[in-house]
Amino acid sequence: MSNALSALQGAKFDGLVKVADAGLQGMITLRGDFADAKLQAAVKEATGHDLPQQRAMALQGDTGVAWMSPDELLLLVPYAEAHACVAGLRAALAGTHHMVENVSDARAFIALSGADGLVREVLAKVVPVDMDPQHMPEGQMRRTKLAQVAAAIWMQAPGEARVVCFRSVGTYAYDVLCTVAAPNSGVGFYAS
Amino acid sequence: MSTRLAKGGRLVNRGRKVQFSFNGKNLSGFEGDTLASALLANDQMMVGRSFKYHRPRGVVAAGAEEPNGLVNLGEGNQLEPNQRVTTTELFDGLSCTSQNHWPSLEFDIGAVNTYLSRFLPAGFYYKMFMYPRAFWKHVYEPFIRQSAGLGRAPDAHARDQDTYEYFHIHADVLVIGGGVAGLQAALTAGRAGLRVVLMEQTAAWGGRAVVDGGTIAGKPAQDFVDAAISELQGMPNVHLRLRCMGAGVYDHGYVLGYERVNDHAPKQAGPRHRLWKVRTAQVISATGAIERPLSFAGNDIPGVMLAGAVRDYVVNFGVSIGDRTVVVTNNDDAYRTAIVLKEQGLSVPAIIDARASGGGALADQARALGIRVENGRAIAKVKGGRRVTGVAICAQAGEGAVLEEIACDAVAMSGGWSPVVHLWSHCGGKLVWDAPKAMFRPNPDAPPTGADGQGFVICAGAANGAFDLAEVMRDAAQAGAQAARAAGASNASDAAPEADSVVEAPLEPVWLMPQGANIKLRMKSWLDFQNDVKVADVQLAAREGFESVEHAKRYTTLGMATDQGKLSNINGLAILSDALGQPIPQTGTTTFRPPYTPISMGAIAGEARGKIFQPIRRTPMHAWHEAQGAYFEPVGQWRRPYCYPRSGETHGQAVSREIRQVRNSVGMLDASTLGKLVVKGPDAGRFLDMMYTNMMSNLAVGKCRYGLMCSENGFLMDDGVVARIDEDTWLCHTTTGGADRIHAHMEDWLQCEWWDWNVYVTNVTEQLAQIAVVGPNARKVLEKLGGMDVSKEALPFMQWADGQLDGIAVRIYRISFSGELSYEIAVDAGQGQALWDKLQAAGAEFGVMPYGTEALHVLRAEKGFIMIGDETDGTVIPQDLNLHWAISKKKTDFLGKRAQERSHMADPNRWRLVGLETLDGSVLPDGAYAVADGHNANGQRNMQGRVTSTYYSPTLDRGIAMGLVLHGPERMGEVIDFPGTDGKVYKARIVDPVFFDKDGEKQNV
Repeated sequence: MSNALSALQGAKFDGLVKVADAGLQGMITLRGDFADAKLQAAVKEATGHDLPQQRAMALQGDTGVAWMSPDELLLLVPYAEAHACVAGLRAALAGTHHMVENVSDARAFIALSGADGLVREVLAKVVPVDMDPQHMPEGQMRRTKLAQVAAAIWMQAPGEARVVCFRSVGTYAYDVLCTVAAPNSGVGFYAS
Repeated sequence: MSTRLAKGGRLVNRGRKVQFSFNGKNLSGFEGDTLASALLANDQMMVGRSFKYHRPRGVVAAGAEEPNGLVNLGEGNQLEPNQRVTTTELFDGLSCTSQNHWPSLEFDIGAVNTYLSRFLPAGFYYKMFMYPRAFWKHVYEPFIRQSAGLGRAPDAHARDQDTYEYFHIHADVLVIGGGVAGLQAALTAGRAGLRVVLMEQTAAWGGRAVVDGGTIAGKPAQDFVDAAISELQGMPNVHLRLRCMGAGVYDHGYVLGYERVNDHAPKQAGPRHRLWKVRTAQVISATGAIERPLSFAGNDIPGVMLAGAVRDYVVNFGVSIGDRTVVVTNNDDAYRTAIVLKEQGLSVPAIIDARASGGGALADQARALGIRVENGRAIAKVKGGRRVTGVAICAQAGEGAVLEEIACDAVAMSGGWSPVVHLWSHCGGKLVWDAPKAMFRPNPDAPPTGADGQGFVICAGAANGAFDLAEVMRDAAQAGAQAARAAGASNASDAAPEADSVVEAPLEPVWLMPQGANIKLRMKSWLDFQNDVKVADVQLAAREGFESVEHAKRYTTLGMATDQGKLSNINGLAILSDALGQPIPQTGTTTFRPPYTPISMGAIAGEARGKIFQPIRRTPMHAWHEAQGAYFEPVGQWRRPYCYPRSGETHGQAVSREIRQVRNSVGMLDASTLGKLVVKGPDAGRFLDMMYTNMMSNLAVGKCRYGLMCSENGFLMDDGVVARIDEDTWLCHTTTGGADRIHAHMEDWLQCEWWDWNVYVTNVTEQLAQIAVVGPNARKVLEKLGGMDVSKEALPFMQWADGQLDGIAVRIYRISFSGELSYEIAVDAGQGQALWDKLQAAGAEFGVMPYGTEALHVLRAEKGFIMIGDETDGTVIPQDLNLHWAISKKKTDFLGKRAQERSHMADPNRWRLVGLETLDGSVLPDGAYAVADGHNANGQRNMQGRVTSTYYSPTLDRGIAMGLVLHGPERMGEVIDFPGTDGKVYKARIVDPVFFDKDGEKQNV
């Protein structure tokens, strides 16, 4: 596993906010029946968290779970543990209709950091999401469109946002974020 | 002459001079000036020539409605044509030139058109340029291109150096317009605790009220504005934005705001324009009103200006248009202009009031100041050419017999005011004709409606037809409260501050001055200043049968210029109504479309330019390909290496080298872009049997099968190899371009039709890098890496196996798209480059080299394998391609089955796939048609087939091709003709499409 490369290979940019490769992150697509106690237990076992409500996520370090759709979850686990976690989930869910796929390498993972208001403004330039702190607090994830590509975003902490997109467009998303994070392009909309 | 007054000008800072140039002439203004006020302060009355007759034109308005004052702004990379002087803030170093004249603004050849105006009537273009037909291309079009257009297009090599961006926000109430109505509405909604955004298109708050006077809550309007701004700034739930125009209102409360971030300070870093994309529960349109010109002869001569604008220039900028200003009006408001001028010590020789009964309290005030007021009078004509020298006065009731002439340098005209209903109308808000005020105003009972059927736009103040200050404040507070309640606030208060009320005498509609003006006068009475449309043109259109206002607009070009008829529309349709003998509401208005005023192309493009113009998809090995100097081709949004030319090689030579290497030894292909969909569940087999034409449910675990996918209309839409992973899991490969489309296709059927089938699909295309190792030495390369048994026995053709190659976890498929011994190796994308490097190293002794998509295409064509998009085009069914073997006869159903049984699909005359070999070994032109005897009903040659793929085959050293040919498979050996576009006729023999290794011995080793 030592030779695994993240999509952006450590790129970083310093502008209105910092834009940087967030590195390798284990990600697992889990589809199944949310009402099934077996599935709930398997998620708890794998991530330590209960199933999230609609649009919500629970995250502790690099382990967590996010709501993707009424029958799909995104599990976040340490990158090195993703394959083992997939095997564990498949075993735990054997006999029920489910799907577990490792998608860690299918993704680019980008971190934005800086003043909270500016991080929100940089994202608001390229995602049609209500970035108001009351409407986009920590503990929420949005699947959305970032400029011209699909992406998911969340606030990790005040002034810390994460962007997930497909690996093939990681460079595009990174370039877009760096462009709209150009110095002197603050909007002055969100308090910092 | 126009000049700067000794004092005054609430918006200018006389302490700071600003240098600029107009037509190369260095001029100066003050900070806070618009380009218009600065030009006028320098006595630059004439700012351009009109579009059609090249008549001298001056500034006529003071805001967004200005039709005449358009300039080429900036130079080189910064040049922008048609920039409006009234909305351009002055900055140091501004450089502009006037438009639409040659050789100079003062002396212009095209002005001869004005003497030819009787030969350039409405619909001239339609009448003149229809015949003779051949003249269009060679005479008329070049002539029109030469003479048309206002501004100059930037040079072809110029590149905009500025940046642009979007900004997305959500709001409860979006208030557009920062006059007193907008401020009051924002206060009301803001106090109710809602998320409020207030946008104002100019650089200053307050709008007209601060110019027009009057008191609010006992204090001057400016005090109210200052207090309101201060209170709004203190509210964390309210955001204020100057220089941001509400450009358009769209469905679902979506509004575009156009912010000109640094047009006024171009040296300031940061984006030039920002396009706000607002999702709001409620919109309040407090966009004010626009004054209408009066239609009298010579109303376009520089120095004739809207009365409100004359007032604006004095009060806001300390600029007078002339020493002696005649005011001409049909309403009381214009008296305010006379009073302001008089108070400034300027002369107002007369107020010409078209109303026989005259004005009210303001008229009395004017008389008290000693101004001569003439009731029931009109302007017969304006005297002067490049500027006003006087007016001839006549009776409004007559035909224009001149009673006297009055010398003056300026004319302030007012035909009444029209509410700015644009934003209300963009999304379907209806209008009602208010006869007493002679205006269209929003019909509150027919607002634009949202998804819930309720209105989501409310007009406030003058935009709602309320012109009296007290009424404006009440209306705005009500609008604010109504919007707040609709957006969910329960505590909104209707309370409005008290304001002055001035009793005004009623306006009298005056659409033509004098009312019986003769044709000579009507031909000089302008309606649309920018497009040169006169009263006589609209009347002619009516006589020629144009009854619909939309048709008359297009025929005469009324309102079709860059100002979209902000001044001309109401006057024009009133003239049209009169000519048609019908009431104005029956004629109706033309359609109001966004944007309110033109917005920059840069703002529309946002950040999408240069390397982020479009997303480019890159495989995990993309950087390596780039480093090798690969020549890329777009495949969907991917960039795939077409070939890897070495120094001195042409692309064709590179492709041939890559093919020979694959056929003779071993090559490597980056196949990561191929779609990979995991399909899993108890019903997955049954589902795939419906998706594919052949059976997939009976595929054994560990095996692969080639499958075809058809649309429900039977047409071939995708193909690829399917692998059975375990009892209830399949992996479906799709074409590169098909990955997302086929995923969506599967989800569509699962979610909409077979929602009760237990199947999940996940697109894992990007999780895996896929590397094809292809050629007789492929096995040796893998064996060198070691880690798993890739022998024929352990991993035979059309099977797959999991394992490791030199420590990297892989899944290897024994599938072949080239006819060679071939392994497609899937690996986690993060390790794609690592595995690629290992394979390169291991293959070095066999001369391994990467090959691109063109080699891939030729290799498959040599084997007669079809390519989706080449052999198919959305009209081709598998049977056309002789793929009957891949269509299950056992299955009761699959998508496309029933369609393929239709008579036209089963027609033996459908063109079918064959191989084609030119007699001389040359390469057939791509897409060429095979001709048959005779001609069709259109006099064209009959066709009997076409080329679908054609290449030079280095393996066979000759051209090879595939094509669809009538009765093709039954005509083996026949020679048919393919005329090329090069004038040559290519003769080709119909042959078997498999050109190489017909028995498949090479791939099955």
